[in-house]
Amino acid sequence: MQRALTLAALALAIAFPIVAAPLDLDFYIGFASRVMIYAIAATSLNLILGYGGMVSFGHAAFFGTGAYVVAIAMTHGIDSLWASWPLAMAVSGVVALGIGAISLRTRGVYFIMITLAFAQMMFFVFIGLKAYGGEEGLNMPYRSLIGLGLNLKDDATFYYVVLALLTATVYLLRRLIDSRFGRVVQAIRENEARMETIGFSTYRYKLICFVIAGMVCGLAGALIANQTRYVNPNLMHWIVSGDMMIMIILGGLGYRFGGVLGAIVMLVLDEAISPYTTYSKIVIGFVLLAVVLFAPRGLAGLFDRKAARAAGSH
Amino acid sequence: MSGLFLFEQALNGLQFGLMLFLLAAGLTLVFGIMDTINLAHGSLYMLGAYMTATLAQATGSFVVAVPLALVATAAIGMLLELAVLRRLYTRDHMSQVLATFALILIANDSVRMIWGPQPISLNPPAALAGPIDLFPGMSYSSYRLAIIVVGLAVAALLYLLVTRTRTGMLVRAGASNREMATAMGTNIKVLFTCVFGFGAALCALAGAMLGPILAVQVGMGEDILILAFVVIVIGGIGSIRGALVGSLLVGLVDTLGRTFLPMILRETFSPQVASNAGPALASILIYVLMAAVLFWKPQGLFPARG
Repeated sequence: MQRALTLAALALAIAFPIVAAPLDLDFYIGFASRVMIYAIAATSLNLILGYGGMVSFGHAAFFGTGAYVVAIAMTHGIDSLWASWPLAMAVSGVVALGIGAISLRTRGVYFIMITLAFAQMMFFVFIGLKAYGGEEGLNMPYRSLIGLGLNLKDDATFYYVVLALLTATVYLLRRLIDSRFGRVVQAIRENEARMETIGFSTYRYKLICFVIAGMVCGLAGALIANQTRYVNPNLMHWIVSGDMMIMIILGGLGYRFGGVLGAIVMLVLDEAISPYTTYSKIVIGFVLLAVVLFAPRGLAGLFDRKAARAAGSH
Repeated sequence: MSGLFLFEQALNGLQFGLMLFLLAAGLTLVFGIMDTINLAHGSLYMLGAYMTATLAQATGSFVVAVPLALVATAAIGMLLELAVLRRLYTRDHMSQVLATFALILIANDSVRMIWGPQPISLNPPAALAGPIDLFPGMSYSSYRLAIIVVGLAVAALLYLLVTRTRTGMLVRAGASNREMATAMGTNIKVLFTCVFGFGAALCALAGAMLGPILAVQVGMGEDILILAFVVIVIGGIGSIRGALVGSLLVGLVDTLGRTFLPMILRETFSPQVASNAGPALASILIYVLMAAVLFWKPQGLFPARG
């Protein structure tokens, strides 16, 4: 059932740019790409937050890092996707290693706060980085070059690249969660003391998980830089971290499609309301408040009968 | 110049630190007693500033407007506690972060609806508009001096309230062991609502006092909220003393860092390096401070719970 739904959604996503042109919906190809990019970012946060139980409030740091690496690489003449995107992931991974190594020494609310502080630090560093635009940010003259006779300048091509990467992210995340590594990480979320007692180096598992999420989010950052051809420090602002958290809470924490669903709901909601009112955030605020208070398992949780039964039995 | 200049900057740091303390005190009490993260604390600060500005315009007097704004913000805070926060006490920290994040979104758009997107002006009382001679050769803004006096007075009052009164004892009891305090017959629910309202009033005071110096605008609460969190994390969550020490540390390090770090860089490196890296380094200084404190003392300087 779920498999059929997934395949149907994928088929729809593949068909969308083809039918969009005759239906005069070209504008929405770009919008859909943006939604999928945020879906990748939210999915990566879901890995550490939903499965790992690490409430990181600074995930935007990696988003911004990935974006800046691509933009900065381009100013130095590195404009091939095959060089700059992996570089963006690698640098984001190194940043995540540094932030994670210190943050994971703390627990609970201290972890929330220190990840937030690190992201704010990055935010201010890039504001102060006058050589790369400072507060103004940095323009990219063109999108990364893909070769193979393709050009990302074409929105549909870019859309398919993002779709492929999103599919790969969701699939690989699934494989990771079902692997031995993923099981250990989830067990640590449930009871860290017990896992430590039976001999797992919980710190190392959490750190690796944190770095993987940082790298995937860095990839999303590289994509958003290409999408808008513009980067600025606001990509790292803590409100962006909050938005990512909102997405997976709306979508469903610790569900395979939680990040994807959440990104769709949040951005579509925003897009749908904004023509009618400049106050779209207040609507999102009330929706979020209602979800947190009354549907804590998110949208995916509403459709998950097993979880509902489990929750009912408590 | 350097001695006097240093003194003046230290006073500025003290002034900023004391205002941070007003925010951090409420935040740390709410966290210490109710084990709840309240991101909307910054929104109460914003509301306080806006209401002071409106009331000052209506009554024509800053001094009349401030207490009215305090009462109004405290009332809003208590309503918020009854309607939303009360439901969050037993939830995990992430739900609290998200629900109060939602409150920020709601508060920001509400303020934008009521007062418009432009910053509004809030003037200090005319008597405090000019500089004042502290001693021969050193003049200082009398309004900033007034902020320092008010901040010190509130800090002293809060200290007496928490350490010397029965209510303060209940608050401390609630912070160190909530279940035991309940078992001993404390009406925790009423206490929670009151503490929250009190924290909201402190926020409004900070907003009212800082309003004339900083801009009264939407989003003003967010940046200072992060600083207040840095403060209570450095000080140890739940500890009033930690909040005071943390506030002064952050206020001084931030203010002095912004002034002197670029100067020091200019001396040791080229001016170009100083103007490029100076502001960035200065603004991350307090985060470095916080990371360092957490690295060596993961529970902060004055852990409230043993």
